[in-house]
Amino acid sequence: MKLFGHKLTASAAFGLAVVGLFIVISLFTPWIAPYSESANVGGTWDEPSMKMIFGADQIGRDMLTRMMYGSRMTIGVALAITTLSFIIGILTGLVSAVMGGYVDVFFTRLVDVMLSIPSLIFALIILGVFGSSIPTLIMTIAVLDSTRVFRLSRALGMNLTVMEYVEAARLRGEGLWWVITREILPNAWAPLVSEFGLRFCFNFLFIAGLSFLGLGIQPPYADLGGMVRENAAAINFGMMAPIYPATAIALLTVSVNLVVDWMLSIDARPSGAQAEL
Amino acid sequence: MLAGALVMRAQFFSYRSHLMAKLIVNRLLLGILTLFAVSVLIFVCTQILPGDVASAVLGQGATPEALVVFRRELGLDVPAHLRYWNWLVGALHGDLGVALTNKRVIIDDLLPRLRNTLFLAGYAALIAIPLSVGLGVLSAINEGKWSDRLANVLTLIAISLPEFFIAYLLIIFFAVNVHWFPSLAMVSGSMGFSERVFQTTLPALTLTLLVAAHMLRMTRSSVLSVMSTPYIEMAFLKGAPRRRVIVRHALPNAAAPIITVIALNMAYLVVGVVVIEAVFVYPGLGQYMVDGVSKRDVPVIQACGLTFATVFVLLNTLADILVILVNPRLRHQR
Repeated sequence: MKLFGHKLTASAAFGLAVVGLFIVISLFTPWIAPYSESANVGGTWDEPSMKMIFGADQIGRDMLTRMMYGSRMTIGVALAITTLSFIIGILTGLVSAVMGGYVDVFFTRLVDVMLSIPSLIFALIILGVFGSSIPTLIMTIAVLDSTRVFRLSRALGMNLTVMEYVEAARLRGEGLWWVITREILPNAWAPLVSEFGLRFCFNFLFIAGLSFLGLGIQPPYADLGGMVRENAAAINFGMMAPIYPATAIALLTVSVNLVVDWMLSIDARPSGAQAEL
Repeated sequence: MLAGALVMRAQFFSYRSHLMAKLIVNRLLLGILTLFAVSVLIFVCTQILPGDVASAVLGQGATPEALVVFRRELGLDVPAHLRYWNWLVGALHGDLGVALTNKRVIIDDLLPRLRNTLFLAGYAALIAIPLSVGLGVLSAINEGKWSDRLANVLTLIAISLPEFFIAYLLIIFFAVNVHWFPSLAMVSGSMGFSERVFQTTLPALTLTLLVAAHMLRMTRSSVLSVMSTPYIEMAFLKGAPRRRVIVRHALPNAAAPIITVIALNMAYLVVGVVVIEAVFVYPGLGQYMVDGVSKRDVPVIQACGLTFATVFVLLNTLADILVILVNPRLRHQR
């Protein structure tokens, strides 16, 4: 089977199908969910039945509905974070590459220091001081993640700034903004797209992890990581309640990774430890 | 004659190690500089950025008197650079201040938890490093065969799974179904060594699975990228079997990126520990920091952040120094 002119492997097809399913579910949740987001329809941790396909959560709400709303929330937040971090990272990276000089040195040193602190720790510090509302969450993680996007786009920009057509554009008198958007960005697209997929996965897991620790998206918003946290006690009774949202998280990240892996293999990126980072 | 030999040896030694020692000292200095920069960054984020820490923490219901008392407690009425200096000097002497929420001296709570976390991370590293480097090399040897492709898919799945998912799976299989291991890792200071190892096996196993998959893929990737060089092709043309070519010719050259990969993953281990400690309720540094963050206890957050960042920077510095040491080209001055 071919997609966009490239051969599709079995794993990539599976990945695309799952990602598509998640996208459809997240977009149309309010219309296709069996119950409303916080309706109590059963007892605590009811077994799966005809009425509730995955059983009930810790206060009797339908697990499937909660999972649908949770994916919607978590995917939405992760998408917002990745988009924001890419905007910041690409802008600073390309400006750094094109302008060079003090701007470049300043940003590079700042990013180096920021990368010397593990992202989870840094995020915990900022969230601890500012509290964890959704806008704070999105902005903090976006700024943290933009450091890696900065590195990538700066490297790409450095390669492209020395090309003749960029020099020609500068000699014509084109301004900084024009050079970045019309000469450099269109040629730097491809690696950035696959990086977007990888960073989305990472941010998705990051948000789920933070919510699992109780520091991410706060109740009553449904969120997959938070659901794992709320239902965690069921494990001690041998019930599978926290496994359902955790499986949803795992399924989505595996699928996105499979798709990105397939996209990278088309692109024929050079192998080596760099490719895995 | 002995003196002559000693002089020659001393000359040879200083000639030999001059370049390498210079690089190592440079890297150490860079590491110390990074530590300073990191401490400034942490301080700025926790004390300067929020504006008025007092009203941020105490909330809107605070009276002016409460604000003044709070500020004096945290030493906020002193200019910023002096505050930073006091904090840094205190930290270097082991005085990390007093927790806001329960008035306990932070260093007393922090040190045993740091020991616990390092024990867990070390346990996981001990299993993970030999396992993943070995399997990674094996995978590179068998490249293209079904065993390698299977390993590829399995590790891709493993690195996509969230930490708590793997943890809960392991708990279900090993603690609930088979009762081999406890599902909560209760570790106390007075425990014997073997009891400690028994309690921490499941969390260590979870951490191992997390980082081993990463390291396996990166090892395999590094070895394979070395394989496309001309001297490897020469070794094949000489008739050496694939296994020998990889072990004797490719591996020493792939050692530098592999060491970097191991250090990166050890640093990642330090972070993954936080979530695992939450799942298994393990009394480590990660738990302490998460508690501090949920209670908005600023001194605790500062102290934990500083500790984690220090361990991280130290590991990265160690990795870079090891890479310098491993490179034989740096042993003789050009």
